[in-house]
Amino acid sequence: MRIELEKRAKISALFSILSPFIAFLLTIIFGGIMFALLGKNPVTALYSFFVEPLSEVWSLHELAIKAAPLILIAVGLSVCFRSNNWNIGAEGQFIMGAIAGSTLPVVFYEWQSPLVLPLMMLMGMLGGALFAAIPAFLKAHMNTNEILTSLMLVYVAQLFLDWLVRGPWRNPGGMNFPETRTFAPDAILPELIASGRTHWGFAFAIIAAILVWFMMRYTLKGFEISVLGQSERAGRFAGFSSRRMIWFSMLLSGALAGLAGISEVSGAIQQLRPVISPGYGFTAIIVAFLGRLNPLGIIAAGLVLALTYLGGEAAQLSLGVSDKVTRVFQGLLLFFVLSCDTLIHYRIRLVWYRFTASDLDRSR
Amino acid sequence: MPVEGATANGPLLAVSNLTKLFGSFAACNEINLQIDQGEIHALLGENGAGKSTLVKMLFGVLAPTGGEIVWQGRSVRIASPAAARKLGIGMVFQHFSLFEALTVAENIALSMDGNISLAKVAEEASRLSHAYGLPLDPKAHVADLSVGERQRIEIVRALLQNPRLIILDEPTSVLTPQEADRLFETLNKLKAEGRSVLYISHRLEEVQRICDRATVLRHGKVTGACDPKVETPASLARMMVGSDVAAVTAEGTSTKGDVQLEARHLSVSARTPFAVSLKNICLKVRAGEVLAIAGVAGNGQGELFDALSGEYPVADDAAVQIRQKPVGNRNINARRLMGAGFVPEERHGHAAVSAMPLSDNLVLARSRSDAKAFLGGCFLNIIRRDAVTTATKRISEAMDVRKSGEDPPAGSLSGGNLQKFIVGRELDRQPAVLIVNQPTWGVDAGAASRIRQALVDLAKAGSAVLVISQDLDEIFEVATEIAVISEGRLSDPYPARELSREKIGLLMGGMYGKTEGTGAVHAH
Repeated sequence: MRIELEKRAKISALFSILSPFIAFLLTIIFGGIMFALLGKNPVTALYSFFVEPLSEVWSLHELAIKAAPLILIAVGLSVCFRSNNWNIGAEGQFIMGAIAGSTLPVVFYEWQSPLVLPLMMLMGMLGGALFAAIPAFLKAHMNTNEILTSLMLVYVAQLFLDWLVRGPWRNPGGMNFPETRTFAPDAILPELIASGRTHWGFAFAIIAAILVWFMMRYTLKGFEISVLGQSERAGRFAGFSSRRMIWFSMLLSGALAGLAGISEVSGAIQQLRPVISPGYGFTAIIVAFLGRLNPLGIIAAGLVLALTYLGGEAAQLSLGVSDKVTRVFQGLLLFFVLSCDTLIHYRIRLVWYRFTASDLDRSR
Repeated sequence: MPVEGATANGPLLAVSNLTKLFGSFAACNEINLQIDQGEIHALLGENGAGKSTLVKMLFGVLAPTGGEIVWQGRSVRIASPAAARKLGIGMVFQHFSLFEALTVAENIALSMDGNISLAKVAEEASRLSHAYGLPLDPKAHVADLSVGERQRIEIVRALLQNPRLIILDEPTSVLTPQEADRLFETLNKLKAEGRSVLYISHRLEEVQRICDRATVLRHGKVTGACDPKVETPASLARMMVGSDVAAVTAEGTSTKGDVQLEARHLSVSARTPFAVSLKNICLKVRAGEVLAIAGVAGNGQGELFDALSGEYPVADDAAVQIRQKPVGNRNINARRLMGAGFVPEERHGHAAVSAMPLSDNLVLARSRSDAKAFLGGCFLNIIRRDAVTTATKRISEAMDVRKSGEDPPAGSLSGGNLQKFIVGRELDRQPAVLIVNQPTWGVDAGAASRIRQALVDLAKAGSAVLVISQDLDEIFEVATEIAVISEGRLSDPYPARELSREKIGLLMGGMYGKTEGTGAVHAH
């Protein structure tokens, strides 16, 4: 017996829409089983994981703060993935964007002006884009696999940040803690609404999502992205250059990851530390796929994944389980999203050999 | 080498009510077929008629949904190709499965069941190949061999199993007329030994020439069983297509205008190890003229198309000229803006993106050349859906594209209908220059005649048309001038009326242009 995946003749439109919801439901069921195995009551555990964080205003703000970088990065990644460029290094571009943008408030901390903040944002985008330019150059001109190069550069960025905050950029008045000086008020991204901490990063994310959605849906550029993603040869026939698309998609996603990085640092943390991201750059890959690579879907998916971060923290406090639960839920979710999508396109078939070549020999 | 153990009476293979369903679609619907000892039996039908599905069931690649296969009077279920080989069924596929980097003997050894030394395989293969008039050097690397020679490997591979029935799927589609003649001799030899051959083809002329009986399929059903020698090509075609096929008329294409497309000493080195380099190609196509380039597959046709279309621009700007302006360095869209249109060979993933709707596939080819009509919003380049939809509808109606729904994905159309759309998408612009690679490859007869007529009509209206094709019938139907490409070299052009098939065959074999008489036909 063997198992075969057989392509379905027709893809169900209904299940294409339902797929992310089914995946989410399965995640909750298996998450419940996991809690039960840990000796917790699955119902109360799931309640404190998924519902409690939504019940108070301040925690809704936390949700928006965590969703903002996820959405910003995932929107950029969706362009990459649709054009068949696999940028796995958004985490590194996030960090480099944060570092580039922080140059002003850390090194030139004495300069105070309303221009500081917009400049920081621009430099953040530039930093992320330039860091993404490395795998872009290697792929476009050296035919290197961008999955490997972009992923490995994440560690370069993380260690570079670590070195900066422990070395040259360490706060002289900071009791030797590995941190930079805290940003001046001019360099801090203001809050969006009066009721809580949500800063402008969330607005950037929504605007970016809508702009990219418009580009993909209505413009020739969006068309070019999907053509090159589906068939490079057809793209060449259309006169589109896959090499230029490598540059475009990598630089765009790098810039958005960089913007996410500097927004997070300027809006939420307000200084540089050795670790500034709980893996936003990687989680955004899940967000991109859960949102079906559609920028509007990504907004919803970003909020769901942000909830797993909050839920992890809540579970740690109220249930006393490790906050690694967050990672488990994220992993489950990605697994079920991808498998639901696979089963929409393929059906599983068990093939039994009723009559084989050796049977034939025996019958002779 | 006569066949041992031949049973005296009864058919070798009898198939009754054989059915194969894919979902609710019946690729083969209650097929009945009988093959006798020592006969060459033709299986005729258009693309998509169910020929391949039928033979895949006979060779154990696909499992039938219903019906019975009787082999030498015994009902059998053929579970795998190995089981088919054990029964005595051999198959030569249309697309070869050979490793280019290995030698002939190594490739043959790979397909053998059980452990046999390479030396023994080489010896046996060499003996068989000479016995059947298919000379092969067992030590040669496959990459160095012509398509005809590669096919011989497949045939020898099948013969090594000492089969009672050999199935050949479109064997002559890749051969020159001379190579095909040689193959027919081999088939007659096999027949004389009492072996049977199931010969799949859509070429009526050769079926009439070598086959004893024919079974005709259409839409998965048997529509006729006959002796092809007493039928006419027209009556066979009617059984295949179900109706009379309109004949293409090339009358009135004799007026010649200015040179619209020209290649001047075009040389391009091979991009990949298995590509063909173009060597000093010169050609001219005038307005009102159809230049057809004949040649066996893999002799540089794709590379020539790439260079002329600008998908891969060339270093020498003057080497390609469109409307008497050098365009060698220009990309495909620049050439389109000068009035050229292009139809590549491969429909899926080159001329069209299968998963995208037809309207998107219209934008694919014409986003720049028709920017005024199809794009708006200044620098934003917003695609104007209304204009694109109207144009898609116009093209579908003009070319009689049959589709399900208003704007279905390109992949859901049949080959013929998609090709009609792809050709129609260029014709809709009235291009001054049209370059088409294999215009009707894998297209049903009705669509093929429509496409060919459209190409002829375009030339009549004053455009220059270049057709690259492997199909000699097609070439004689549309061409005013014919040249032949072989190993990346192009022969001089000849007026279509003055050229015989034999002469084309010689040119295909590598005797090009004025070197005639000095070089022998490529020693195959």
